Amino acid sequence: MRNLNLTVNGHSISAAVEPRTHLADFLREHEGLTGTHLGCEHGVCGACTIELDGAPARSCIQFAVRCDGAQVRTIEGFDDDAVMQHLRTAFSAEHALQCGFCTPGMLITARDIVTRLPHLVNDADETRIRRELAGNLCRCTGYQGIVRAIQRVLRERAEMLRAA
Amino acid sequence: MKAAAFQYERPGTSAEACALLTVGAGLSKPMAGGQSLGPMLNLRLAQPAAVIDLTALAGLGEVRDEGDTMYFGANVTHAAIEDSRVSDPSRGLMPFVAANIAYRAVRNRGTLGGSLAHADPAADWVSTMRLLDAVYVIEGPRGRREVASGDFMQAAFTTVLDADDLLLGVRIAKCSASAKFGYVKFCRKVGEFAEAIGAVLLDPARCVRRAVIGATAGAPHLVQDIAGVLRGSQASIDAEVRAAGCDEPYEFQIHSVALKRAVAQALA
Repeated sequence: MRNLNLTVNGHSISAAVEPRTHLADFLREHEGLTGTHLGCEHGVCGACTIELDGAPARSCIQFAVRCDGAQVRTIEGFDDDAVMQHLRTAFSAEHALQCGFCTPGMLITARDIVTRLPHLVNDADETRIRRELAGNLCRCTGYQGIVRAIQRVLRERAEMLRAA
Repeated sequence: MKAAAFQYERPGTSAEACALLTVGAGLSKPMAGGQSLGPMLNLRLAQPAAVIDLTALAGLGEVRDEGDTMYFGANVTHAAIEDSRVSDPSRGLMPFVAANIAYRAVRNRGTLGGSLAHADPAADWVSTMRLLDAVYVIEGPRGRREVASGDFMQAAFTTVLDADDLLLGVRIAKCSASAKFGYVKFCRKVGEFAEAIGAVLLDPARCVRRAVIGATAGAPHLVQDIAGVLRGSQASIDAEVRAAGCDEPYEFQIHSVALKRAVAQALA
């Protein structure tokens, strides 16, 4: 076991972990943060995507022991985040989820897209949005609703910015 | 889908890291971003006795302008190159390549050096570094050495690195303002490993004309008859694709098309 100190959703945490425990298992089993989902467990499906030191990362292929001193933000840590609130509303309006399994990872990737690439506001940018989303698999929606929800937030945020 | 038990070490210097690798007698694995080794551990394709975490190694994240060349520390991430947070010696080639590796969540963690040391033939950097003729800077128990791009990767997942060697970084010659490149890869799905890579670099000011056929069964193939390939000679292209080991009809076809399209891009 190794001692680990990190920040999860703004709270400082100390724990002892086995080196082989990946971050997603640590968050789910030790911290009870079950919003982080596990699908493939080898970095392909995107369900376990979280924010690590401010950028999206796969928590299933990141070992918890390596995150000593890191800032981790899971889907539970975005409750009061304005961009995430906007995305949640758009996901609901555009039917961007059905079973919800991929949704936490989708939302974190979606938030990265709308904040990192705010210029993707035209219809022609759909291809780029789909490319950016390619690392998150959804087996229910066929992606149309998810893409529409992201486009809606990108457009509305651009309008808000112009109005401001 | 859980990794087998391993010992974990987080050295602070490359000398410490090399010493730890020596102790493991080939059973220790260095880990940089962990975006390839992580999945392999989870799938138990890799079961090292110890993982040597390179995150805390001083200097491994360094990018240095050396005049005619630039030095990239092994821990520089794909995302840092994609976003041009580090200077680009390649006139856009490296940011273009980086932006199309796997997915953003992977690019945020995955590193240039980790990808090169892993030496998956279908990964982008092994082909790109061959094209740019990078020099590999390696540290081992007997000191530092430099290895030419053609000598680094020997076969699929096999490099010149010994079990107790560390790849510290790569040195890349700066392209001139007139340099042009073509880079084409075919993937079954966005973000998947490449089925075929064709890459071309033309830098007349430095008298550089190079082309690489990548995502083969082994190390990337440096095109020998560059004049013939740039002229569009089908016989030359066919011969190079065969020399790259792509004989099977599907492989032959996609590698041939990737190379032709990369040539067209570079000449456009």
